[in-house]
Amino acid sequence: MGLLDTEFTQDSIVLTNVDDLLNWARLSSLWQVGFGLACCAIEMMATSASHYDFDRFGVIPRPSPRQSDVIIISGTVTLKMALRVKRLYEQMPDPKYVISMGSCSNCGGPYWEHGYHVLKGVDRVIPVDVYVPGCPPRPEALLEGLLKLQEKIKKESMVKKTV
Amino acid sequence: MKSAQDIFEILKEKFPEEVISITTGKPKEDIIDIHPLSINKISFFLRDSEVLLFDNLILLSGVDNADGKKKTLPDGSFEYENNTLSVFYHVESTSLKHKITLRVTVPVDKPEVESVSEIWMCADWHEREAFDMIGINFLNHPNLIRILMPYDWEYGYPLRKDYKNPEFYAGMKVS
Repeated sequence: MGLLDTEFTQDSIVLTNVDDLLNWARLSSLWQVGFGLACCAIEMMATSASHYDFDRFGVIPRPSPRQSDVIIISGTVTLKMALRVKRLYEQMPDPKYVISMGSCSNCGGPYWEHGYHVLKGVDRVIPVDVYVPGCPPRPEALLEGLLKLQEKIKKESMVKKTV
Repeated sequence: MKSAQDIFEILKEKFPEEVISITTGKPKEDIIDIHPLSINKISFFLRDSEVLLFDNLILLSGVDNADGKKKTLPDGSFEYENNTLSVFYHVESTSLKHKITLRVTVPVDKPEVESVSEIWMCADWHEREAFDMIGINFLNHPNLIRILMPYDWEYGYPLRKDYKNPEFYAGMKVS
């Protein structure tokens, strides 16, 4: 079902349901925490810049986690940083979403076996909605991850539990 | 510009007890072995002597020599007995254009080396790194705390050959 059920052309009235309206509002303005961890952050910045233009999907970097909806974990999560990432996530208001970007934050990446300082996947401290593979992922891959997140938000419901 | 052999002879004449030997034939610079508790005295001389003028510490690094007796534990891991650790000092003179490598070696049970951070300021953080990664205790260092690992890390020194990662840190699964 789309956003609009019925449209009355004359009196500027549209009919929809609350779920669709709220989901549409949420997925169309996902503000991200202006936060980068490692080399993936360079690709994330490239995605925000004019060539790939994150802003056309309503993604704007915000300087505070309290004004943000989504956090993109872009890079290696060290044990020292993991505590800070967790705190940033906890400071974000609900509803909040997490995109794990790149091999390091998905599973530890090249530090999987001998990285004494790396958390083997950011999902050990915060729940992740979308994993974007790559080392680092190209901007197109991050855009795809964002579209996947938007699809996920589109299926949310206030009364039904969704997967 | 002086050769390593010349520098060694100057040092040996000035400090006959503390300067131990010279190792030549290495691919890069020759290595002079120094007694660990007099490295600060010798470094001071190296920097301020008019014929040497070593004003730049390029690099200070700690090394686990892993030369002790390897002992395998029942769980498959291993540790070393009577192991030694080393600290290498790569110094150069920017005015006289000569370079030398100094080495001190200490037993792992008592890894005490005098700090050179008063002589070359950049040694401050290098020594903190050697302390953090290898566990060398630099005496008279102004602020010898961990520089890379978390301040409350109590699971050992990660670049030692017999280091074992802890299973949990601050509630997070590590290994």
